[in-house]
Amino acid sequence: MNNVDTILESGLSALDAVQDLVELEQVKARYLGKSGELTELLKQLGKLPADDRKAAGAAINAAKQSFEARHNERRDLINADKLARQLAAESLDVTLPGRGSAVGGLHPVTLTLERIATLFRSLGFEVADGPEIETDFHNFQALNIPENHPARAMQDTFYVEGGDVLRTHTSPIQVRYMLNNEPPIKIVAPGRVYRVDSDATHSPMFHQMEGLWVDQDVSFADLKATVTDFLRRFFERDDLQVRFRPSFFPFTEPSAEIDVLGERGWLEVGGCGMVHPNVLKNVNIDPEKYTGFAFGIGLDRFAMLRYGVNDLRLFFENDLNFLKQFN
Amino acid sequence: MQFSEQWLRSWVNPSLNTDELSYLLTMAGLEVEEVNAAAPAFSGVVIAEVKEVVKHENADRLRVTKVDAGTGELIQIVCGAPNVAVGLKVPCALPGAVLPGDFKIKPTKMRGVESGGMLCSGKELGVPDDADGLLLLPADAPVGTSIRDYLSLDDSLFTLKITPNRADCLSIKGLAREVAALTDSALQPVAIAPVVPAHDQTLPVRIDAPQGCGRYIGRVVKGVNAAAPTPDWMKRRLERSGLRSISAIVDVTNYILLELGQPMHAFDLAKLDGAITVRMARAGEKLVCLNEQEVALGDHLMVIADDSKPVAIAGIMGGLGSGVTTASQDVFLESAFFAPEMIAGKARELGFGSDSSYRFERGVDFQQQRDAIERATALIVEICGGEAGPLTEAQGQLPQRQAVAVRSARVNKVLGLDLVPDAIAAIFSRLGLDYDNTAEGFAVAPPAFRFDIEIEEDLIEEVARVYGYDAIPSDAPRSRMKMLPLPETRRPRELIRQQLAARDYQEVVSYAFVDERWERDFAGNADPVRLINPIAAQMSVMRSTLLGGLVDVLVGNVNRKQPRVRVFEVARTFRKSAEGFDQPEKIAGLAWGSRLPEQWGAKTERVDFFDVKADVEALLHPQPAEFRKAAHPACHPGRCAEIFLAGQLVGVIGELHPQWVQQYDLPSAPVVFELEYAVVEAQRHVKAAPVSKFQPVRRDLALVVDEQVEVGAMLASFRQVAAEIVSEVALFDVYRGKGVPEGKKSLAFRVLLQDQAKTLTDAEVEVVVSSLLEAVSTNHGATLRL
Repeated sequence: MNNVDTILESGLSALDAVQDLVELEQVKARYLGKSGELTELLKQLGKLPADDRKAAGAAINAAKQSFEARHNERRDLINADKLARQLAAESLDVTLPGRGSAVGGLHPVTLTLERIATLFRSLGFEVADGPEIETDFHNFQALNIPENHPARAMQDTFYVEGGDVLRTHTSPIQVRYMLNNEPPIKIVAPGRVYRVDSDATHSPMFHQMEGLWVDQDVSFADLKATVTDFLRRFFERDDLQVRFRPSFFPFTEPSAEIDVLGERGWLEVGGCGMVHPNVLKNVNIDPEKYTGFAFGIGLDRFAMLRYGVNDLRLFFENDLNFLKQFN
Repeated sequence: MQFSEQWLRSWVNPSLNTDELSYLLTMAGLEVEEVNAAAPAFSGVVIAEVKEVVKHENADRLRVTKVDAGTGELIQIVCGAPNVAVGLKVPCALPGAVLPGDFKIKPTKMRGVESGGMLCSGKELGVPDDADGLLLLPADAPVGTSIRDYLSLDDSLFTLKITPNRADCLSIKGLAREVAALTDSALQPVAIAPVVPAHDQTLPVRIDAPQGCGRYIGRVVKGVNAAAPTPDWMKRRLERSGLRSISAIVDVTNYILLELGQPMHAFDLAKLDGAITVRMARAGEKLVCLNEQEVALGDHLMVIADDSKPVAIAGIMGGLGSGVTTASQDVFLESAFFAPEMIAGKARELGFGSDSSYRFERGVDFQQQRDAIERATALIVEICGGEAGPLTEAQGQLPQRQAVAVRSARVNKVLGLDLVPDAIAAIFSRLGLDYDNTAEGFAVAPPAFRFDIEIEEDLIEEVARVYGYDAIPSDAPRSRMKMLPLPETRRPRELIRQQLAARDYQEVVSYAFVDERWERDFAGNADPVRLINPIAAQMSVMRSTLLGGLVDVLVGNVNRKQPRVRVFEVARTFRKSAEGFDQPEKIAGLAWGSRLPEQWGAKTERVDFFDVKADVEALLHPQPAEFRKAAHPACHPGRCAEIFLAGQLVGVIGELHPQWVQQYDLPSAPVVFELEYAVVEAQRHVKAAPVSKFQPVRRDLALVVDEQVEVGAMLASFRQVAAEIVSEVALFDVYRGKGVPEGKKSLAFRVLLQDQAKTLTDAEVEVVVSSLLEAVSTNHGATLRL
């Protein structure tokens, strides 16, 4: 029996000394191969007396199992070690920059426009659009601004050859929409508008958004609620103070300026009012049956307030260093 | 409009402080733009009389004065002002006084002489004054009185932004009326009594343009001293309203304009020839106006004329030759009502207006002309002496005022309120609106001073204003719910923009009006839509292409040293058409610089046609776009394609023409594209097709063709003959060089074949592949590369 122990002992230490899988298999062959040392012991079992045979056989089998267990253990270890070395060799500098294309982005006025449009869509307002070269009818007359009305002096108009105008506000979109649709009407109409004015706070082209809701029983109270709700969502401030101040626009009555309370006092952010009955008549809607409100805001101004931009002209200079901040 | 708070408070004095008054006006629709103190804060300055002036022993420029400041004893004060003299009344800061800038006055010694205060200049008190040295006060200024009280310095100057509908608030009287209504407080109007005529000289007045002039009242005042000084109180009120004192009689007319809102005019009687006629101007007539501008009058302008010539443009400006001067002895006063429709727009047309035209075109109370001329006469006689004659009045057509029906239910419906009729009536009463009760509400009579009350909404607005916009509730609206349409055949705008942004393009916004040259260079458009009144020559035409703007953005960013520029814009473009204008939206992009941002893992290569083509294809995906070689004014003739969808031209792509690269000072050529926005937006509605369960078979074909053969043409040939089992033919390699003869190229195509019902046999595949080969061999001379 001593022989079995000795062989196992030397076999195990041979396994322990092994460093790679080839060697490991050679050691295994040396002990468990066809003429391996433990195999030889088994072969000689027959030569033992019958009484001893059983015990000796058990001892050899036990030794064989120990050897195999150690062999497997050793193999896993070597494999693990090999894998670990391979993985170590394959490791990356994960702080290297990613490869390939970069991403661009949208203009801050577009971002503002989309946010506002999304807010109003959530209230069931559809987005409407219209031409930028407009007729005098759509830009002025239908909106209750006749020739020589002092209100025309409030906006300096670009004229194109032939007498049409570059729209001075987005209101003609509501005129077109109302001419083509029956109430209930709920739209917002964003777009580029034009006025003869150019300095630090005015651009000859800028962006407005018009809102319009015409239905039975739409009231000034609804106007106040809708606009207040919108401003609080847009600026993400539930405690934003909003006030409505009487004003005058030819196309609404009663009319109001919309002010919000900022750090430096009240700030005008738009105009609004109940759609003037003359405007409704001009687009063939019965003002007895339907009432409506409209509001207009400057998208550039909202973008400035939201993103802390202090110079309107930055929106039209298209300096990539400026624009990329919003990506 | 600017006015003095004290003046307003002499008419109506509600218990509100200056800030509260300002808020009240703003919230009533009379926006207060500014409130400025008439003078900075200071205290302890009284009126003193200079009793004695002697030279300072130790200083040439200083004088030692003794003044009586009403303290019971003379005070010795050292003074450096050059204009100090015995007998003058001047402001004196007593010890304990604090001057502007927190400058405290204490008894002191100046060069060894005691000085018990300080005599002040206007500048030191923050009061406008032209004098060099001390502020000189009138001889009757009461000694010892606070200078603040004497000069009414505890006053604020309000600047209002009056909307065009509220002409009735362009006067102290009108504002006072409004404040009284808003605060429900008493109005104390100035008392106006008729002036008893002292002679009976008149000038006949006739109205020949009755639709333009509703009323004209005139009066001759004889023997005035037109050079008399304007009293300080009047000067002060004029100045605090932003008007300069000119001469006593002109000042009186301006004062009436501010006080009552009635524009007036004073003629020099000696310069008028015969009677006064209000008539339309005649062709060829001219007038040099008070602003020294000569106006060629047209027959749409109404004038005041004497027997031989026009002497004023009615309601807008008087003539230079006939106006009152300080030398005038007899004057003819005019107080008239001119119709807004007659005056409106004329100031813009003439290029100048006046405080008068500003009011007339918005509407002046047509019942106050008599009051105004009586008040003006009384003031002139008081200041300049003279004798007033009787009034002459002529009438034309005065505005008609129809009662306006107001239904209580409508008021509540429009405003979202629940007011009882009495509450509405109370508001009308406060506004001074006469009304009768009707079955449904009221019949309200618009007063002569309001030109903005014609329909029910005008009065609903009045109710809202006086009730207070703040007080109107703002509960969440109730509405009939309806979902918005969501057409799957139209891609949302934000998605299209996001797609380009995701492909590394930055959105820009450029002006729709451009340099005419851009239209020629980038669109070959010789007849662009022109602006009649552009703000600058390089912004004079409307663009028909967005490419000019993108190139301009590139130029700007190259100048700012950007190494790589990829930009896009979505905007309307403009072209003339038979019906007027076509205004399609377009989407355009520009890429310049390296294909990828400079980085460690990729070679820096310049972006080219095919990079941008992939962007365009992605934008149009899944619609199969066809690119046909084309010439376009913006692009390199060999590197440009027109883009077709279903045979329809929808856009262009190409490298910028080398000529423009040079002219626009670019270091190298960008690749640009422009597409009709509508086709990018269009999306097909997908109908799913069955997917084959059988493996596809792939065959690669390497074909050698002449250099000028287009891949597109070969693909078209393949498509023509391709059997149904061909699911894809695509190019995957282009090779030139070893093994391929000069002037030829080798093109590698991938052919995928797949059947819906079975696995394909080699024989079936070979039949199809040979038909493909035969097609390109016949059509394009293609040979298999061995």
